[in-house]
Amino acid sequence: MRRRKFIQSAATGIVVPTIINGIPANAFSANSQLSELLNPTVDTDHVMVLIFLSGGNDGLNTVIPLDQYGNLSVARPNILIPSNEVLRLNGNSNVGLHPALGGLQTLYNEQKLSIIQSVGYPLPNFSHFRSTDIWTSASDANQVIDSGWLGRYLDSEFPGFPLNYPNANNPDPLAIQLGANLPLLFQGPNAQMAMNVSNPDIFGGWPNGVNDPTDNTPRGTEINYIRTISRQSKSYADALIASYLKGTNVAQYPAANYLGDTLKAVARLIKGGLKTRLYLVGLFGFDTHAEQGKGTGAHAGLLQQLGDAVLSFQRDLEGMNLSKRVIGMTFSEFGRRVKDNASNGTDHGAAGPMFVFGESIQSGVLGANPQISSNVSVNDNVPMQFDFRTIYASVLKDWFCVNSGQQDQILLKKFNSLPIIKNNCSTTSIEDYHLSVERLRVKCYPNPLVETAIVELSTERGQLQIQLFDPLGRLVKVIYSGKVEAGLHKFSFENEDFPPGNYHLRVSHGILQKSVLIQIAQ
Amino acid sequence: MNRTEFFNSLLSKQEYVPPQSDLTPYSGKWDESTSNHLLKRLCFGAKVEDVKRLAAMSMSQAVDSLLNLDAIPDPPVNVYSTPTVPDPDAPYGKTFVNAPLNAALPPEYYQARMNVVKAWWTGNMVQQKTTIVEKMTLFWHNHFATEADTVQAAQVVYYYYKLMRDNCLGNFKQLTFRMSKDLCMLRYLNGYLNSKNAPDENYGRELLELFTVGKGPDSKYTEDDVKAAARVLTGHRINPLTSPMSYFFLFTEHDLGTKTFSSFFNNKVIAGKLDGDSELNELITMLFDQTETARHLVRKLYQFFIYYKIDDTIENTIIRPLADQFKANGYEIKPILSTLFKSAHFYDLYNRGCVIKNPLDYAVGMVREFSVTLPNKDLLNTYQGWGLVAILSAYQGLNIADPPLVSGWQAWYQSPQYHEIWINADTLANRNKVAEGMNSGAGINISGLIMKIDPIPFTLQMSNPSSAQELTIDAIRYLYNLPLSDQSVQYFKNFLYAGLPDESYWTVAWAEFQAKPNDPIVKSAVSTRLSSFYKEIISQAEYHLS
Repeated sequence: MRRRKFIQSAATGIVVPTIINGIPANAFSANSQLSELLNPTVDTDHVMVLIFLSGGNDGLNTVIPLDQYGNLSVARPNILIPSNEVLRLNGNSNVGLHPALGGLQTLYNEQKLSIIQSVGYPLPNFSHFRSTDIWTSASDANQVIDSGWLGRYLDSEFPGFPLNYPNANNPDPLAIQLGANLPLLFQGPNAQMAMNVSNPDIFGGWPNGVNDPTDNTPRGTEINYIRTISRQSKSYADALIASYLKGTNVAQYPAANYLGDTLKAVARLIKGGLKTRLYLVGLFGFDTHAEQGKGTGAHAGLLQQLGDAVLSFQRDLEGMNLSKRVIGMTFSEFGRRVKDNASNGTDHGAAGPMFVFGESIQSGVLGANPQISSNVSVNDNVPMQFDFRTIYASVLKDWFCVNSGQQDQILLKKFNSLPIIKNNCSTTSIEDYHLSVERLRVKCYPNPLVETAIVELSTERGQLQIQLFDPLGRLVKVIYSGKVEAGLHKFSFENEDFPPGNYHLRVSHGILQKSVLIQIAQ
Repeated sequence: MNRTEFFNSLLSKQEYVPPQSDLTPYSGKWDESTSNHLLKRLCFGAKVEDVKRLAAMSMSQAVDSLLNLDAIPDPPVNVYSTPTVPDPDAPYGKTFVNAPLNAALPPEYYQARMNVVKAWWTGNMVQQKTTIVEKMTLFWHNHFATEADTVQAAQVVYYYYKLMRDNCLGNFKQLTFRMSKDLCMLRYLNGYLNSKNAPDENYGRELLELFTVGKGPDSKYTEDDVKAAARVLTGHRINPLTSPMSYFFLFTEHDLGTKTFSSFFNNKVIAGKLDGDSELNELITMLFDQTETARHLVRKLYQFFIYYKIDDTIENTIIRPLADQFKANGYEIKPILSTLFKSAHFYDLYNRGCVIKNPLDYAVGMVREFSVTLPNKDLLNTYQGWGLVAILSAYQGLNIADPPLVSGWQAWYQSPQYHEIWINADTLANRNKVAEGMNSGAGINISGLIMKIDPIPFTLQMSNPSSAQELTIDAIRYLYNLPLSDQSVQYFKNFLYAGLPDESYWTVAWAEFQAKPNDPIVKSAVSTRLSSFYKEIISQAEYHLS
C-alpha cells in the first residue's frame, strides 16, 4: 500500500516501454512417465485464499465480547467502541462486530462466516517478525523452522518441485502471493513453492542466453535460483495471462480498496481456470500503537476495507458459480493488549480472532468470548483458546483432504481439527461442539486463589490437558496432561509464588477447549 | 537406476563447503577482478574507471580510499510549488527541511516534499563519490528502519538520513544514542507519546530486539526488560513548532521510578532521574556492554556485505573475532569494516559474485556503470530524473525511506531465502523490462521523462572495442566479474553482427564509427547493435549478482 502510494503519486501514468510482445509459447513437451510421477497426491479443485492482516490486529475491537462490555469499558477508555455502534449478529447476543465490518456481518447472517475466538499459541512472542515466522512456519514458539506450513503441504503434494515444473498436468503455479509477500509461508523443504505477482499484466520476455554450468559455491546456488525463477515464470506467465484474460468479474468491488483490488484479480484467475490452490493477499497497517480510533479512524478504515473487499469477493464467487470451491481465512501475527495506552492505541498482545468465510464453512462463533477482568493491568493479554495449528489442521484435513500421517508431518506434531469446514469427514458441528464444552462443567475454587486450588470437571473418556496461563498469556504450568476415564475429576494445584494477577485455566479435552478466568492473590 | 533414484540424484545437492579463509589480511593477487569485487559490494555498481584506478593501488590503499566520509550534499529543496499555491515555509528552489509542522501547508505538499526527499536521497547515491558512504547509509537505514509514509514529515526524514550518513563510519553506540532521540524515529515508533502512566513500548521493544542485542540464540532478555526499557524511555517529546522541529524532554511525563532489568543484564537497576539523557545513557551503556550487541551488528554487516549464510565456521572465525574487536574498540565502525574488507575471507573466491543485487544496486548501479545521463534541464527536471531511479527501485521492492516494516526489508533478515527474496517472478520480469527499456531507442519513459543507456561511453572504456571477441570478454568481465564459457561468449558476441556472416563486419562498422563519430547513420549502425548486446548481457542471471 505504501509502495503503491509513492509510485502513484510520484508518477501518474507510468509507462514502461512495451515489452508484452510475443510471450514465447510454453515449450514444455509432456513426458508421460514424468507426468505420472508428478501427479499430486490428492487431486482437488479446492482453493483457499489467505488474508494476512499485517501488524497485529486488535481482536477486542474487531470481535467485541458484549458480555464483557462493562469491564472492557474500564480497560480501554480511549478506544472503546460505543455499544450502540457495535454490529449485532443473528442469534448471538454475546458477540458483536466492529461497526466497519458490515460486510462480514452480512456474511455471518447469511451463514457464510466462521468467527474463531482467541487463536494463538502457548508462549506468545511480541515481536512482529518472530511471531509472523511462528504463524507461517507453524513452529512452537521456542523452535526455529526454516520452512512454512503451506510450503510443506505443497511439497508433500508435489514432491520434487521445482524440478520439471511446470508440466502438462501441473501447468499452473502451486501458490500465488498477490500484493503481499510472506516468503516463509510457502517455503518448502527444498524450494520456494509460491509465485509472486503484483499484476498479471506484468509478464515480459525472459532471457535464455547463458546456461553455463554452475558449481556448489554460493554464486552457483544463486545463479541456479535466478534461472529457475526465470524458467518457471516464463511458463507460468502463459497460464496466468490466459486465465486472467478468460476470467471476468461479475460483482462490483469497492473503489480505493487495495485488498479489494487484489481479491478481484484472484477471483478472475480462479474463474479463468487457474488450478492454483493457494493464494496469499494482505492488508497492511494494523500496528496501531497510537491513534487507533474507535468506530472511525485508522483501525476502522482497515476493517472497512477488509469487510467490503471480502463481501465483494464472496459475491463475485457466487456470481461465477465458484463459491463452493473457495474459502478464505484471515490471520494476523498477534492480537493486541487488553488495556489501551496513553497514545490512544494498543501495544503488542497475544491471541486474537480469525475469520473463515465461504459457502463451505460451518458458520458461527467457535469458542467462548475472552474473559476480561474488572481490574485489567497494563500487561494483561487475551490468552489463547485455540492453538492456531488446530485451525491449520482443520483446513488440511477437511478442505484439502490431507490424511492424518501427512498432516502430522506438515504441522510437525499432532493437532486435532475443529468444526470449521462443512465436510463429510467432519462429524462435529459447532452446536455439538459447544454443547460438549458445556458438559465439561469446569469449576475452579477458591477464586481468588491464595495457596491451593481445586479444578473440578466432568469429562468423556480420552485425553485431557489442564494448563495455567499468566496475565501475559504465557503458559506457566501444566496442571494435568494424560488419559482420563469418563466422569467427574478433581485436580489440585499449588500457587507456586505466581505474581498476583488475572490468570486463565485452559482445559483441553479432545477437540474441546475451555478457558476460565481465575485470580491469583498475594 | 530407477526413476526415483534418478530424481533423487538430481535433487540431492552437495553440501557447500565453507571457505577456510578468515580475517587475516588478504595477500593474494590484487587486480581488476578484486577491485571490481570490492567496488560492487561497497558502492552502487562499479564504474570501469574506478575498477582500473583502484586496481593500480595496493589492496590496503584501495580499501582505505573507500572508507572515507564526505560532506552531505546541500539539502533537498522545493521544486513542487506553483506561483498560485506557494509553500508557506520555503520559496521555490529553497529548502524546506527547517520548516516547522505548519497547518497552513497545502496538504498535497506533504507528499510532494516526501517525494523530493526520496528523489534527492536516490540522487545522492547516483552521484556518490567512490566511497562506501551511501551504501553504508542504506545499511543503517535498513537497521534503524523508519517509514516515511508513517512519519508524514519530510523534514525529519531528511535529518534522520543526515544522522545516519554523518555517522555511517563513526560510532555505533553514539549513533544508537542519537537515534533514540531522533525526531523521525520518535514519530515512527511513538517514542514521543511514551508516558509514565501508560508506556508505549514500541521503541523500547525494537531497541532491544532489532537495534542492539537482537534475537540471536544467546540473547536472553525478557519481556520485563522490554517494559523496563520503555519506562526509561518515557518523556522524550517533539516540539513541532520550532524551525527546525526540535527535541525536548518532558520530565513530568517521565517515569521517575526505579527500573530493574533481568539477570541477562546482571539485574541492572536504573534509578529515576529528572533528565532524560543520563537514564538513556545508562540504558544504552547496559545494552552495549552485552557482547550480543556487537555480534548482532556484525552478523548484519556480514549478511549485507558478504553473504547471508552464517554457519558455525563463519560464526567462529569471522563473526565472533570481529565482534570482539568491535566491542573492544568501543563500537567504532570504521576499524571493523577495514578489517573485514581487507580480509582473506572477503576476497575468497567462494564469496565473490554471490550477493543478489538489491533494487538500488541494480537501478543506481546500472545508471552509474553505463554513465546514464538523467534528465537535468532544470532544477525540477533534475529531481525528476533522480525520482525515475527511485521509482525503478521501488518497483523492484525497495522503496527508499519506506521499508515494509521496522525490521527493514525482508531480503536482509528473512531466513532461509534472504537476498533471493529480491528476485521473484514479478521483480525479475520487471528487471527484464528495465533492461529492455533502457536499451531501446525510446528508452524508459515515465510521464515524459526519459532514461536510457547510450552504449557508446561504456564501450569506449573497453580495451579493444573493434574486436567483437575482445569487447564481449571485456564487457562480461566488468559487468559480471565472472568469466563465461566460449559458448556464452559466442552467444553474446553474435548480437554485435546479428544477421551478418562474421565478426569482421563489426570491426568494419566500429572503424567507420571511429572515423566519423558524429555521423548519425554510422553511429546508429554500431549503437543499435551495442544496445541489443548490452540488453542481453544485463538480462542474464549473472548480472543480478554482485
